[in-house]
Amino acid sequence: MKAVAKYFSGIAHGLKTLLTGMKVTGYYFSHARKEIITQQYPENREELQMFERFRGIVEMPHDENNEHACTGCSACEVACPNGSIEILWQRVVDPETGKKKKIIDKHVYHYAMCTLCNLCIIACPTDAIVMGKTFEHAVYDRKQLTQILNKPGSKVRADVKD
Amino acid sequence: MEPVTEGTILAQDGDLKTQEYFVNMGPQHPSTHGVLRLVLGLDGEIITKVEPHIGYIHRSIEKMCEHDNYRQIVHLTDRMDYLSAHINNEAVCLAVENALEIEVSDRVKVIRTIFAELTRLASHQLWWGVMGMDLGALTTFLYAFRDREMINDIFEETCGARLTMNYNVPGGLMFDLHPNFQKRVKEFLVHFKSKLPEYDMLLSDNVIFRQRTEGVGVLSKEDAISFGVTGPTARGSGVSCDVRKLHPYSAYDRVEFKEILMADGDSFARYKARILEMWESISIVEQLLDNIPEGDILAPTKAVIKLPKGEFYQRVETARGELGVYVISDGGKSPYRLKFRSPGFSNLFVLEHIAKGAKIADLVAMMSTIDIVVPDIDR
Ligand code: SF4
Ligand code: SF4
Repeated sequence: MKAVAKYFSGIAHGLKTLLTGMKVTGYYFSHARKEIITQQYPENREELQMFERFRGIVEMPHDENNEHACTGCSACEVACPNGSIEILWQRVVDPETGKKKKIIDKHVYHYAMCTLCNLCIIACPTDAIVMGKTFEHAVYDRKQLTQILNKPGSKVRADVKD
Repeated sequence: MEPVTEGTILAQDGDLKTQEYFVNMGPQHPSTHGVLRLVLGLDGEIITKVEPHIGYIHRSIEKMCEHDNYRQIVHLTDRMDYLSAHINNEAVCLAVENALEIEVSDRVKVIRTIFAELTRLASHQLWWGVMGMDLGALTTFLYAFRDREMINDIFEETCGARLTMNYNVPGGLMFDLHPNFQKRVKEFLVHFKSKLPEYDMLLSDNVIFRQRTEGVGVLSKEDAISFGVTGPTARGSGVSCDVRKLHPYSAYDRVEFKEILMADGDSFARYKARILEMWESISIVEQLLDNIPEGDILAPTKAVIKLPKGEFYQRVETARGELGVYVISDGGKSPYRLKFRSPGFSNLFVLEHIAKGAKIADLVAMMSTIDIVVPDIDR
């Protein structure tokens, strides 16, 4: 007799716990409008805002005169753990003093090797590079992942001292 | 030959010979949580052997550390136990700071502790979701990710990344807290405290779940110690091993929390230990959140960090157990040798011990409650 009672109480207990779980699911089913958190990506691309510190890709901002703040000091190249940055510089003659000096030729950035660790950004003494907020970086050819960050014909901003 | 009628006993006990065979579980298996291959020896449905084969995701992080300087090492540890990324970073930074005898400010200590506990919460949430999924309940996975998303947003707002945060640097932190940080964490705590009881309603009290975990995969206290198991897995067997309590670092000496110890040592005890740990983590964050002291976020360090000659060890409690960082320095700018004692490695190899003699269907539950992260094991 006891075994039979135990059998049925076991079934009742099992049903109760199943219903408890289903109550939770039921709540979300009936309150779908309030509790919904899913975002419709990529439909919401227009209004999608990343956080201001979001680390997406290394970028070099240029102003309207096509000038940037990079002096070619190579601090970012040294700080990078993965060798993702290569600084190629050239020697020019300063027209004022007549002395030779080094300026940036190409700031080569290999996105494919970058772990977005932010170390280059904090190493840069002139804040010439920043973290971009874009995140859709898929390309068809991996050559496109290597970028030259300073735009063609760009110069160092005059007020930047190295 | 006699006709076989209903009720005839075909073979006496012991007469029936079954052949032992082996099955590969993984390296691509949804419940191995990464690329782990388990070679299972089976006698019918009974497990006779579990042999973990690791190395599929080995990236030689320890070797890479020998070529990087101490600032650069930190970001590699993100990629070990990626669910405890912040705590791994903290371990390396603490080791370097202790070796250099740098005292970081109270602000840094408190922020690191809050972040570490949020990381632990996020890790346990993910574990809970995946644990349900491994046992066939997909719902839990979605609910856990909903709550974890809020923590990820908090991280992203302050340090710009969701998983591989690299927020610690030797001497302090990379950024100060975002102005929204406290508000967001408070919102999260209110939300999560109302949702955590749902975790119990959905899974902990469920009769099917209970039957699949209670009394399964029992790990005794002695075995847990002798296998070097740490973290919630060991505390499920009643081993007191919480580094936060035994060797407090950062701000753990100024908060009140309980070390969760369970007696049974079965899958359910390990499960319950983690659920209760989430409540403790919530309480730690609550204690610290409203009185984050002012101070510098970065103690001054030399441009090139060189550790003095010698050996340095630092242990921390990640979401999976005790992580040790063992640095041997020859005085140069990168370590001579760096060894990580990762919790996942020791925890994984207890699997054979507890799974022997169990049914193959229970193996997944045991593996889930050990809570392994394969990149942490392979490094
Ligand atoms: S973010 Fe890190 S890996 Fe990427 S370029 Fe900068 S330093 Fe190198
Ligand atoms: S980006 Fe900054 S750190 Fe890198 S070379 Fe230019 S100025 Fe120097």
